[in-house]
Amino acid sequence: MSDTLLQLQAVHTHIGPYHILQGVDLHVPRGRLTMLLGRNGAGKSTTLRTIMGLWQASAGELTLEGASIKGMNTADIALRGIGYVPENMGIFSDLSVRENMLLAARSGPIDRQRLEWIFGLFPALRQFWEKPAGKLSGGQKQMVAIARAIIEKRKLYMFDEPSKGLAPVMVNSMIAALRELKQQGATILLVEQNLAVAHALGDTVAVMDSGRVIHHGSMAELGADAGLQHRLLGLSVGAH
Amino acid sequence: MQTLNNKLSQFIIPLVMLAGLILVPNLPTWITLTVAGLAMGMMIFIMASGLTLVFGLMDVMNFGHGVFIAIGAFVATSVLLSMAGWMQAENAALNLLAIGIAMAAAALVAGLLGWAFERIIIRPVYGQHLKQILITTGGLIIAEQLIHAIWGPEQIALPRPASLRGAWIFGDVAIEKFRVIAVVLGLLIFIAMWLVLNRSKIGLLVRAGVENPEMVETLGYKIRRLFVGVFVVGSALAGLGGVLWGLYQETVSATMGAQLMVLIFIVIIIGGLGSVGGCFAGALLIGLTANYVGFLAPKVALGANILLMVLILLWRPQGLFPVASR
Repeated sequence: MSDTLLQLQAVHTHIGPYHILQGVDLHVPRGRLTMLLGRNGAGKSTTLRTIMGLWQASAGELTLEGASIKGMNTADIALRGIGYVPENMGIFSDLSVRENMLLAARSGPIDRQRLEWIFGLFPALRQFWEKPAGKLSGGQKQMVAIARAIIEKRKLYMFDEPSKGLAPVMVNSMIAALRELKQQGATILLVEQNLAVAHALGDTVAVMDSGRVIHHGSMAELGADAGLQHRLLGLSVGAH
Repeated sequence: MQTLNNKLSQFIIPLVMLAGLILVPNLPTWITLTVAGLAMGMMIFIMASGLTLVFGLMDVMNFGHGVFIAIGAFVATSVLLSMAGWMQAENAALNLLAIGIAMAAAALVAGLLGWAFERIIIRPVYGQHLKQILITTGGLIIAEQLIHAIWGPEQIALPRPASLRGAWIFGDVAIEKFRVIAVVLGLLIFIAMWLVLNRSKIGLLVRAGVENPEMVETLGYKIRRLFVGVFVVGSALAGLGGVLWGLYQETVSATMGAQLMVLIFIVIIIGGLGSVGGCFAGALLIGLTANYVGFLAPKVALGANILLMVLILLWRPQGLFPVASR
């Protein structure tokens, strides 16, 4: 079995007249948490959306477990085993928390044991189970979004800036949840702006700038090298 | 303020009925008008419900939706004329059975036509509103001409069977039998839709898809397949509504669908695009207003629906029950 679960080679994505991804090379190793860092507008969210088939890559190759997913439609890519939380969380506001979760459980009824585990990670969900998801706070919605992505075991989990706009206490419980998911051997691709979160969770890291991956390495190495952080990201862990 | 507005929109139907009660001078007249308004509203709801979901799910503006109404009515007319014996029999069960068969045939043909309409006319213009308006209007014109070619250019009389003619009299109150049937049938269809939308996974997918189709895709469901299903069911319901409307008016004409489209658009806009509950409330509101105003001030009756839409949109620009992300 190859060590790389997801691989992008020279991927280009155009949105209308804009050339957003300009040859992205990225590999996501199995069983590790890969951070995707970069400044605003570097192309991180577009990379995730291209992987999901929400934008189609205009050139390059995308493979999941060695098989090409390029040109496939979004639903088929998801069915290959990807749980995805978009930047705007994609919560169905008119549906209850339970109904949101029910839709994410594709292979039948929700597994009780896994649900209990999720309630352990996010106790608030049990309390708001029958409430319309639209009535929850921003942090609680993010919990629903993450819970929905992990309600069933997936080969790959992709989270797009889950810490964005959350209160510090919420960020901490989210870090704890992702850490537990990671300990179970999950493969995770996590987009972040918050370097402290990246430092707390990341095994490997890819840094993007202007639609390309400009650095690939271990998170520990980047976390320890303030000069490198500053050169790649224009900020450092200490600044957060 | 937001909560007050939400509460007010939930009670708008009883409030309008109450306003009618105050303005209409005597109780029996009010009851007759109210039943007539509810019946009209139910029929419009049946015809409009599919269109609001079609718009909500795929952002498709189908100006040709009236085709299914007209086709349903004509198919039912042919079926009922061929069953003249059952229709003229002095036996309510036989009459209703004939109408039931006609409705089933109408829904089937309208549903099949909807399937073809989606494949041939709508599919090439996904995501292009202007083209959708032009090509679906074109589809409507072609279908009207096809009706002329098949059933002839004249409007056709569709008399109701003996058991559905006339009214039930309770003291001073006269209630037309057919209107009661329309109300009961409309309620049944609304309850069935509500159950499907709220109690089944398909229904959950439709509700989720109306709010955020892209997210439904990322969960592994093919929204297009869902859309085709909704389009076919919506067309079948429009056909069913067309039968009721034809029996209500006792005539059918090729242009009936196009004429009703104005009312249907008003209903789905004031209800909140994509919302089935909103469509139901909007349809009842239009039915009640048309009947009350028609009685109180016949001269303004024609413009009353437009006025109602203007007032509601000034108050709630997204409609009475907007879908979250729209």
